[in-house]
Amino acid sequence: MTVLVVVDHDRGTIAPAVLATLTAGRGLADDLNTTVEALTIGTNADALSDMLANYGATTVHQAHHEILVDYGPDAWGEVLAQVVRATSPQVVLGCGTERGHEVVAQAAARLDLPAVMNCTEFTPGDTHDGPLGMIRTRWGGSLLEKTELDSPIKLVTLANYSTEAVESKTNSRVIQFEPTLDSSVTHSIVRDRVERIAGVTLATSPVVVSGGRGVGSAEGFAPLEELASLLDGVVGCSRAVTNNGWRNHADQVGQTGTRIAPDIYIACGISGAIQHWVGAMASKNILAINIDKEANIVTKAGYAVIGDLHTVVPAICAEIKRRRGES
Amino acid sequence: MNILVCVKRVPAPGARINITENGQAVDTAFLGFTVSPHEECAVEAAVQLVEKDGGAVTVLTLGPSEAEEQLRTAVSVGAAKAVLLVNDGPDWDPQRTARGISSSIRQLESAHGPYDLILFGNESADSCGYQVGIRIAIALGRPMVNGAKALDVENGLATIRREADSGQELYTLPLPACIGIREGINLPRYPTMKGRLASKKVDIEQVSINAVPGGQRMIQLRRPAETASTTVILGTGPEAASAVVDLLDELGVLS
Repeated sequence: MTVLVVVDHDRGTIAPAVLATLTAGRGLADDLNTTVEALTIGTNADALSDMLANYGATTVHQAHHEILVDYGPDAWGEVLAQVVRATSPQVVLGCGTERGHEVVAQAAARLDLPAVMNCTEFTPGDTHDGPLGMIRTRWGGSLLEKTELDSPIKLVTLANYSTEAVESKTNSRVIQFEPTLDSSVTHSIVRDRVERIAGVTLATSPVVVSGGRGVGSAEGFAPLEELASLLDGVVGCSRAVTNNGWRNHADQVGQTGTRIAPDIYIACGISGAIQHWVGAMASKNILAINIDKEANIVTKAGYAVIGDLHTVVPAICAEIKRRRGES
Repeated sequence: MNILVCVKRVPAPGARINITENGQAVDTAFLGFTVSPHEECAVEAAVQLVEKDGGAVTVLTLGPSEAEEQLRTAVSVGAAKAVLLVNDGPDWDPQRTARGISSSIRQLESAHGPYDLILFGNESADSCGYQVGIRIAIALGRPMVNGAKALDVENGLATIRREADSGQELYTLPLPACIGIREGINLPRYPTMKGRLASKKVDIEQVSINAVPGGQRMIQLRRPAETASTTVILGTGPEAASAVVDLLDELGVLS
């Protein structure tokens, strides 16, 4: 009656959220007096088993099938459903990533079992096969829901950034699993890919310089682009900016855009509405540049400059260049 | 093409969400409502597809009677038909919602013929369950991909692009298929005069609905603990530039 962590990976490259998920799974397994195991899907993930053992997995189930050369929601969901039927874990724990939710939801649908996504903490009940209590996020994190999952097998995902990964070297064994997959699950396998040119993305950049309605226009982003470039960072924006067509949706930081966790988030002319805040709140440091000292983002930021971004941002760029001996 | 778009009525994003005294529900007193953001884009995507290839868009929601407002909004931007599955009680859990909608879709399809495409939002803005669309797809036996940022249909095949850390993933699904749409796939249009008139005239098909509850039971809603934060004001105006660059240096981002 174990906790089974579903390993999210892209053709063998582990998703950063997995190790934290494994750590959380270990904590939950301790509370339930059991052990944590991991499931990898596809032979290209076999090499991850050592790393998974370093973070507590006592068993790694490696699912192998000739069609599992890439990701596919129906295929991975069906594999997980079959592994669940074969091993009867008490809890199935997926990562709080897009694929993480998708695979758990697929398996839950196929098993006709309930599933609860984006859990931040668990409160096991008095009996190990009774309902499992948890807290989960709503609205991307600006509201919390205390909920209960009553089911012989509990399928959940862990909210991203809710736990830190902690090593725990464990003796581990590998068990191979051969699912039975038919053509119905092959339709949704990734057909092709357009590889990103190497470099940081909005989601991974340690520095994000972001603009909101206060920037005023697409052209108004020029000083922000310069600042981002000087800091080897990327430019982000709020939903107001993308709704106005000033920037591409790919640059949007927010609940329906991208969630970021940079070392520093510089928010220029952004009021900090709730759905923007949930996209930015995992940032390690936030500097708000705003003419309004009562703006929501200013009250939540660690640092602020009260002023017009159109003069402040160029001044910051000039100062950086001066110190570097350019200018 | 016959396209069905499933939408949800949610409080308009950006509003502060307050909770009722007993923590059992969102306090709707001063809230405006809208179609959830991903789904707004799903309606637009469907309308664009039928503008290109002919056919009709049906929009469906499971929600309170007031959700008629969201259906009429969808009609005002190009949906032809609207179906309201009425639930005036507390929100249903995702399994129950999916069961209700699936059985309704089966009835609609036996009456009107199959839908080539059923579109959903990636996740609803409020409860963010990430699963209703997927459950419906499995119940109907159709392939399902979430997170679509681009969608095209040609010769009975839907081509989908979605974003991953490594770049873009391309999927092709044979119709009939189910797809979860992400905001950013398009910029939803504003209604035209003609659309507004149509939205006033359209007959909303109201269906009373029931379904077996699922295994998730909401106990209480609450706000996250307000972490006391002190904001260090580095200065006012461009004169603060020096203090800002000191901070950037301290944080190690000044390469």
